[in-house]
Amino acid sequence: MAIPKVCGIETEYGIVVRNAEYNAVTASSLLINAFLGRSNTRTAWDFFDEQPGNDARGLLLGEILAPEVETHLVNTVLTNGARYYVDHAHPECSTPECRTPSEVVRYDRAAEEILRLSMERALALLPAGGEIVVYKNNSDGKGNSYGCHENYLVDRAVPFGRLVNQITPHFVTRQVFTGAGKVGCESPGSMPGDIAYQLSQRADFFEEEVGLETTLKRPIVNTRDEPHCDPAKYRRLHVIVGDANMSEVATFLKVGTTAIVLAMIEDDALGDDFTLAHPVTAIRQVSNDPSLRATIALGNGKRATALEVQWKLLERARSWADRHGLDAVTVDDGKRILEEWESVLTGLEHDPNDVADVVDWVAKKRLVDGYAQRHNLVPTDARLKAIDLQYSDLRRDKSLAARCGLRVMVDEALVREAVDTPPDSTRAYFRGTCLARFAPDIVAANWDSIVFDVGRDPLKRVPMMEPLRGTKALTAELFAASTSAADLIARLGDAPQT
Amino acid sequence: MAERTKKQRSAPQREEATPTDSETGADTENTDRLKEELDGLLDEIDEVLETNAEDFVKSYVQKGGQ
Repeated sequence: MAIPKVCGIETEYGIVVRNAEYNAVTASSLLINAFLGRSNTRTAWDFFDEQPGNDARGLLLGEILAPEVETHLVNTVLTNGARYYVDHAHPECSTPECRTPSEVVRYDRAAEEILRLSMERALALLPAGGEIVVYKNNSDGKGNSYGCHENYLVDRAVPFGRLVNQITPHFVTRQVFTGAGKVGCESPGSMPGDIAYQLSQRADFFEEEVGLETTLKRPIVNTRDEPHCDPAKYRRLHVIVGDANMSEVATFLKVGTTAIVLAMIEDDALGDDFTLAHPVTAIRQVSNDPSLRATIALGNGKRATALEVQWKLLERARSWADRHGLDAVTVDDGKRILEEWESVLTGLEHDPNDVADVVDWVAKKRLVDGYAQRHNLVPTDARLKAIDLQYSDLRRDKSLAARCGLRVMVDEALVREAVDTPPDSTRAYFRGTCLARFAPDIVAANWDSIVFDVGRDPLKRVPMMEPLRGTKALTAELFAASTSAADLIARLGDAPQT
Repeated sequence: MAERTKKQRSAPQREEATPTDSETGADTENTDRLKEELDGLLDEIDEVLETNAEDFVKSYVQKGGQ
């Protein structure tokens, strides 16, 4: 029986400093501190359960409160349950854990809003004329990539080998609707002009089928095993192969279809007949072919287009849903995922321009092609690459994605609310509400625990090993009754099943 | 593949069969509107595109991340 697909997205944003002398790390710190300046309290990330090698300076609360422009690696938890931090010289925001793909879309949009507010507030901290600009993309066009990772809760009982084999075909072929589009090419040994336009920002950077790396020789399936919850029951599938999407529906489809395919694997309802002969070759073949006609080699000796593989996955998803129901992604989300999935495949097959309001690579390609035609430009003209980059500029007055008619899923008021408020549906509610109510008594927090300092006793760590505990339904009464952090902890001792 | 042919056939039916999905009917209109807007959008790109595209693209250099 497939388990609920608790999910989230972590995005590393591209960052550019104008008319000021800051490196990317300092600029990222400044940006985040500018956002944190909205409230009087801030809570450090707790590195307790992280692997060695991560910078632990986030534990030094005094340092984090240092003046904004100092080069400390800021790492904080927000009242909406998200993590906002500096990672590899990029500002990164991880959404809180969400119960459904549509909730992920809302919190991914809230993350954009957080970056936008950060940019606006940073202006006051910079010299006159200075500006920090953030881009929601995954490559600089010069061979440097930064990620947009997805995370899904998976049943530990599923053999990892089966997971790898059966999810890979989806990761390779979902690009047809998840690709954010890219002018040029950055695969090893290639020249930028070798490919005029491709579906994916990230496909050029994948060199292995499976592995632990995330910064070099990136694998299609990442094996990082940090469940951030009960490791005996769960796995967190850390997906590094995706693009950051500007289109809300593309984000919904990326997370929604993947959640369903994973649930099918848990129910052993997918089988091995989509296995690819050469996944690394195939991921580039699919990305490099905006005509969508290229075929990739299957393990059974046959060939198929990415669209054909996607149609088969959808067909199997429908029959899985008929037999097992859609509880893993919730019924409402599940129905919408299946509808949008069919709709996008139908459009891509008929004419990709039919889905220019949904698929980022199509929306961007229309701009690039239209502009090239109007001004009679060669494919390597810098103006076309500028359009590619500026598509993902998060400034409202500069963003091209904001101008090209992408369909909106989430009401703007709900996005703004999600900047400060956690989702009701997961332990993120407990985390975010604790921070909103008791931040002065919280030393640090992370995905699976909160450390309180309530004075006389030793620091008190409250574990949150179950992602679906600590929801609003389970804790609203507890919060209403608790008058202080100490009171909350005392009450938790009486009622451990929250 | 057989499945694909089947889905191609079923796709137009879906628009008629699910009238509750108001967005589906709007899709075609939406696409037409997008086409009309493309020209205006290209005008706009000339206004908002970074003034020196070559410098902008050249200086857009990021440290590799995850």
